[in-house]
Amino acid sequence: MQFVAQTERMTAAPVAGRRRWSRDAVGVILIVAAGVAGYFLFPDSLALLTRIIAVALLVLSLDLIVGYCGVASLGQATLFGAGAYAAGIACVNGVTEPLTLIAIGAVAGAAAGLVMGAIMLRAHGLAQLVLSIAIVQLAHEAANKASAYTGGSDGLAGLFVGPLFGVFEFDLWGQTAYLFGLSLLVAVFIILKFVVSSPFGMLCRGIKEDPIRIRAMGAFVFPVLLKMFVISGAVAGTGGALAAISTQVVGLDSVSFELSANALVMLVLGGLGTLYGALIGTVIFMGFEHVVSAINPFHWMTMVGALLIAVVLAAPGGLSDLLDQISAGKKRNSGGRP
Amino acid sequence: MQTILSIATDAFAYGMALFIICIGLSLTMGLMRVVNLAHGAFAMIAGYIASYAARDLGMGYGVAIFLAIIGTIIISIPLERLLYRRIYGSPELTQVLMTIGITFCVIGITNYFFGPTLKTIPLPEALAEPVDLGFRTIAAHRLFVMACGVAVAFGLWYLIERTTFGTKVRATVDNAAMTDALGVRTQVIYAVSFAIAVGLAAFGGVVAAEFLPIEPYYALRYMVIFLVVVSVGGAGSILGAIAACLVLGAVDTSGRYLMPEFGNFFFYAAVIVIVFMFPRGFFGRAQ
Amino acid sequence: MSDLFRVENLSKSFGGLAVSRNISLHMPAGERLALIGPNGAGKTTFVNLVTGQLKPSEGRVVLNGEDVTGLGAVRRVRKGLVRTFQVTRLFSEMTPEEHVTLTVLQREGRASRILGRFHGNSAIADEVADLLGALGLTEVARRRVREIAYGQQRLLEIAIALALRPKVLLLDEPAAGVPSSETPRIEQALERLPPSLAVLMIEHDMDLVFRFARRVVVLAAGEIIFEGLPSEVAANDKVREAYLGNYAHARNVA
Repeated sequence: MQFVAQTERMTAAPVAGRRRWSRDAVGVILIVAAGVAGYFLFPDSLALLTRIIAVALLVLSLDLIVGYCGVASLGQATLFGAGAYAAGIACVNGVTEPLTLIAIGAVAGAAAGLVMGAIMLRAHGLAQLVLSIAIVQLAHEAANKASAYTGGSDGLAGLFVGPLFGVFEFDLWGQTAYLFGLSLLVAVFIILKFVVSSPFGMLCRGIKEDPIRIRAMGAFVFPVLLKMFVISGAVAGTGGALAAISTQVVGLDSVSFELSANALVMLVLGGLGTLYGALIGTVIFMGFEHVVSAINPFHWMTMVGALLIAVVLAAPGGLSDLLDQISAGKKRNSGGRP
Repeated sequence: MQTILSIATDAFAYGMALFIICIGLSLTMGLMRVVNLAHGAFAMIAGYIASYAARDLGMGYGVAIFLAIIGTIIISIPLERLLYRRIYGSPELTQVLMTIGITFCVIGITNYFFGPTLKTIPLPEALAEPVDLGFRTIAAHRLFVMACGVAVAFGLWYLIERTTFGTKVRATVDNAAMTDALGVRTQVIYAVSFAIAVGLAAFGGVVAAEFLPIEPYYALRYMVIFLVVVSVGGAGSILGAIAACLVLGAVDTSGRYLMPEFGNFFFYAAVIVIVFMFPRGFFGRAQ
Repeated sequence: MSDLFRVENLSKSFGGLAVSRNISLHMPAGERLALIGPNGAGKTTFVNLVTGQLKPSEGRVVLNGEDVTGLGAVRRVRKGLVRTFQVTRLFSEMTPEEHVTLTVLQREGRASRILGRFHGNSAIADEVADLLGALGLTEVARRRVREIAYGQQRLLEIAIALALRPKVLLLDEPAAGVPSSETPRIEQALERLPPSLAVLMIEHDMDLVFRFARRVVVLAAGEIIFEGLPSEVAANDKVREAYLGNYAHARNVA
């Protein structure tokens, strides 16, 4: 081919953009539909469903840094816990308006994300992973010892949240909490879809694949990743605040290594770097956990372990990728690893 | 002065206990480049076997240790063949996920068979007695752990630096394809190194059980500490692992002595500071 | 002095081993300079020193009269000192269009914006389309990089570099690994580089060097052993010795 194409311009750009938007619109509609269906199908389990939404926010936040930036973390619950405790402490001290509490949680999470990112991004690989674990353990110990503010190992109880918009009381059956959580999740999801398809999101994807190339393009890597940590923190903090508001208790488990590791498992199960995977993984994981661990918690561990091994060996793209493959009717290439 | 000496002895004993378990992990990560989060799971399996042999079958301590090591290695062989071999050279996240999965399975399965209770490993009388050191008395078992730690350190150093096997391992690490071409069966080298690492985990798990008790969530609870030791010391470095174990043992022990109510707080604060200052560990190789 | 770009007495040693010794170069605007040398001569080390991936032990790098030796790699790129890589470093799941769009956005200082769309900015899309067209990549603009030919990936490397509007461009073996059927396209792309741009090319393919370069510098064992016109290279004794050592055949240089 010669250079005849020099003046030819690509006119298809808006079309490709439109298709992308319509796909996401369908995705959002599906999320809302699933959420509403859950409301009517499981009216007695709304507390569990709200918990799933809160954790889904945590897993979404983890997807931002693992799936989009390639920074592995086993300490993401630090940011979730920061939001939960900030909202909880504010609530105990007289702030009862739910949206304000969510905002407080988001800001606290973002601040924690800034600190955590600044520490973690100094190291790479294993050291980075260890830093993330050490940070969540330190936060756990701190929350345990600062019992005057956090209630320590008894948890922070006695959160009395005012009615939403001054109208909708948080009822005993958790209907308000669930619908509030669902709207929050949808709103966050839409915002994140914009974030990951912005120039910034594209830059993050580039950093994930090859930071040296990004530097050779004249872009600094550290500030971009730090920014993503802050956004991730805000999302995780929102999840934490939602958990605090809906259960009216904040426990030490909200800032734990176990929750962090579980969040990573959920994310990988669902699939990295799509946002949808985070939601699918959370719902499936927590749904099964609810059923199986009620029977025997050790069966649950064995099952999760086997599932993880199976995902790594057979479906490195996670379940959402598997669904994609099946719906596209493609046979996957056997050599694919993440 | 007495307190300092006292803390130092306990710190040294604890540090050596950590070292015996962690050095296997350090070798796996440094030489084989596998982030094996299931390392503690192997120590746990060994603890369960030793406890069963010594407590339930009434065998001697030495026999129990021997059975635990052999048994754990036998269990690890199919795992290496079927699972680990697929993640040599994979990205870290893949290795982390696979080995967390293995850890979960081990916890679930051992507890299903042995029940979710704390497992003790009865000590022989000679090791249970206190020994007078002049400034304090100390359980003979602690001296035994110290001696084991020193022996393991020297043994490994000799194996890696002074034997042909060690030369082959180091060559494989530097360039597996080339070493393969030279006629060394690198698959075998990997398998043997893995077995040694698992054997060390097993040995450490049993002799260090007084410090890190064998309980249902052992593999998860101490996973973090083992990882911390390796990343602080620098993966693959015997000297680094010793240094890391002694420093962390000192921080942890003096924290417990001086400010018991703050528990692990100082430990993790120290870890963050150290890793922040030495992202590649005390004696880490350039990545 | 009207030099756009100067390297003065650049040296680098790792431990006791000197890999670059006292290298000096100067390039006016519009220069077409080829840097050649046998394997292990330190060519890529030199590029890394100039672009800031490595810190020199001694010496200075001067761009447009400004000493940039103390600046990191990113700042040098922003000042117009741009490189391509010997082995392509591209994002396998992104399209050429996305690569160049990201680069243009970065140049305009808009790449880290959260508000704003990546796709569908018409002014940028036009520039991207022009650049891809100029390098003959229009047809594959929407394919993922891992699906396109290696020669096209090399052209994309050049497109990314040009999207940064460089003043000085360092091409690290632009034709390495490209099947000979595709090299003419690379050569054409090199001929069409903006005339005012100063280009330093490292290359093994001597045909390409002789057609492209107006001046040639030969590096051996970390030192410059020859500097002059392409027509003089083959006749130079030092060069013959560096390349051929004890061998009798002059195939490489001739």
